[in-house]
Amino acid sequence: MSMFGQVFVKDGKYKLKGDFHNLTPNIPIRNADEGWKLMGVTNPRDMTYIHSYGSEAPFFEALGEGKLLATRCDNPDCQFKGTVYQPFRIHCPDCLGKNTVIDMTEQAKESARVHTFMVCERAGAFNILEKPIKFINIEFDDVDTILMSYLSLGEPEIGMKVIPIFRTKYPTGTILDLSWVPAGTKKGDLPEGFSF
Amino acid sequence: MIKFSKQQLKVPELMRPVYMVTGGQSKFDRAIPEKRTEELCVDALTMAADLLNMSAAELKSFIHTAYYGHFADHFGDQLLGEAVIHDRLGLDPLGTIGVKTGGATGGSTIWEAVKAVASGYSDCSLAMGWERMDEVPTDEGNFLISCAADKDWESPLGHIYTGYYAVMAQRYWQIFGKAEKSFRETLAEISVKHHGYARMNPFAHSPKKITVEDVLNSPVIAYPLRALDCCLMSVGAACVVICDEKTAERLTKNSPHKAVRIWVGAGSHTLRPADRRDMDIPLLPHETADQYKNLGERFPGGDRYPGFTGFLAARMATWYGYRMAGITDPREDLDLLELHDAFTISDVQTYEDIGIRPYGEGRDYVESGDCYHTNPKTGKPGKLPSNLSGGLIGCMHAVGATGIMQAFEVATHIWDRWAEIHGDRKRWKEFGREKPSDWTDLQVKGAKRGMAISHAGVGSHVTATILIDPDHLLK
Repeated sequence: MSMFGQVFVKDGKYKLKGDFHNLTPNIPIRNADEGWKLMGVTNPRDMTYIHSYGSEAPFFEALGEGKLLATRCDNPDCQFKGTVYQPFRIHCPDCLGKNTVIDMTEQAKESARVHTFMVCERAGAFNILEKPIKFINIEFDDVDTILMSYLSLGEPEIGMKVIPIFRTKYPTGTILDLSWVPAGTKKGDLPEGFSF
Repeated sequence: MIKFSKQQLKVPELMRPVYMVTGGQSKFDRAIPEKRTEELCVDALTMAADLLNMSAAELKSFIHTAYYGHFADHFGDQLLGEAVIHDRLGLDPLGTIGVKTGGATGGSTIWEAVKAVASGYSDCSLAMGWERMDEVPTDEGNFLISCAADKDWESPLGHIYTGYYAVMAQRYWQIFGKAEKSFRETLAEISVKHHGYARMNPFAHSPKKITVEDVLNSPVIAYPLRALDCCLMSVGAACVVICDEKTAERLTKNSPHKAVRIWVGAGSHTLRPADRRDMDIPLLPHETADQYKNLGERFPGGDRYPGFTGFLAARMATWYGYRMAGITDPREDLDLLELHDAFTISDVQTYEDIGIRPYGEGRDYVESGDCYHTNPKTGKPGKLPSNLSGGLIGCMHAVGATGIMQAFEVATHIWDRWAEIHGDRKRWKEFGREKPSDWTDLQVKGAKRGMAISHAGVGSHVTATILIDPDHLLK
């Protein structure tokens, strides 16, 4: 019986369990216009990759705990000391020093607003968000960059005040554990598994 | 980066004059099941030899290094595909390398070949690009393209690149377009123009006679972008041959055209637009800081540069490129353009980045009629026609080949061979396409200088390839 590929780290090494690929046969491609002559072949492949978040792991872990982490350059010798990055950047792009991790959950709740947005009617393969997907880019007071995420409730508008919500029940460990709702949304209206 | 050092703003110098001597391309289409990629590349190289009135073997005997542009290994499902093509073109054991910069791969491939010749390493280099985008269904193709966004932070959001452009489209439309219906119609007009010009191009994947209403009624992909606002997903190959002056003289001995001088400027910016920090606008030679002083007053919200409305990489590619080639005002010095119209909105954004309109006023380039071969408002030649090939919306986006196709198309005008190459009935027939009864000669009369913009991601890499008739240099 097949089992989804699973991975954990022990003694600094990946430990693998389950199936990381599934076999499916190649099937000839034939030309219906020319006597079903052979033109090519399908190459099916179903693989599971193993991907490390490295030093960004705390950001993704924190989403499942209801926290939004960012980073800040605190290097006194950096020309751009004090710059706050959301998306979370491990290193300062100017001095390449290691940034300080900060919790900006409250700051996000107070100052997040939609910088721009779009409503996506079609998606690529492997999309798991419900369509239409409402992409929003969010700006914050005292943060130098503009985060991309998605709005779970309401219709987006530029300048709209939004607050973060987190998938704290069965978090996926991905960026999809973070979403946004219009300011003033009631707890009972949040999507299944999400909380403020 | 929000501040540049003096060293970073050095104007690039080529150690000797570099020329583009010929080029060629295959047919472009959504799927070409009857040909392997190598066959498309052979078609392109053979055409390049034909244009010089020489055999492919003779042209190959001049080539010293080869640069191959192939964006996505996972589309063609062949790692080291460059080695396959190099072998099938019979260019072993010459030095070769693959180039990958997303949508800018074609332009970057030319950039590398130009540097090889400029440095003296080679006297003649091949820049060849291709993409095989018909080996997966369209939605899986969209997934694969979305892998060129940040895979942890962006790709999981819909797995659709159109969406990452649509947020910029929304911001631009509301800030600079002031959410006017007329601005949305201007975007649609770009699609009408590019599909329309593709009708005159036998190589083109999507020739269509459509109206603004057709574009506005096409299915929404990622609001406000609709299906007809978007570029194609194509299969095909294109090449150009880059060489020094002596080799150019030898190669054009029996050719009806002379080689054109070539320069390439390149720029970059963060893969995630989310990471873009505010900065002052780097000024092109014809701009002044004063002209942008009140940008935020004229367009409230428009003072955050580059934000989600400008492509800093395109600005920097031309910042370097114009200075390399001696261009002081692209509106006056250039005769035609091929722009990377991945989406109608990015076409408009690019008009501003490359300085053919000031920031905030890109729409005027279309609305004035300047962007047309023949200005529909005056009936006279357009001042600076763009994308007469049909661009990425009408001609093709076989990613690794795109920037090379654009440069080649610009050169056909400077060579005064556009009509011969695009009007040849034999070529239409060979591609299984019908030459339209209203086929129109789109040759830009007297074209001496042109530019092709090759662009990746949502502006992560951009090259500006500038081509100039050697008898009409600016410096």
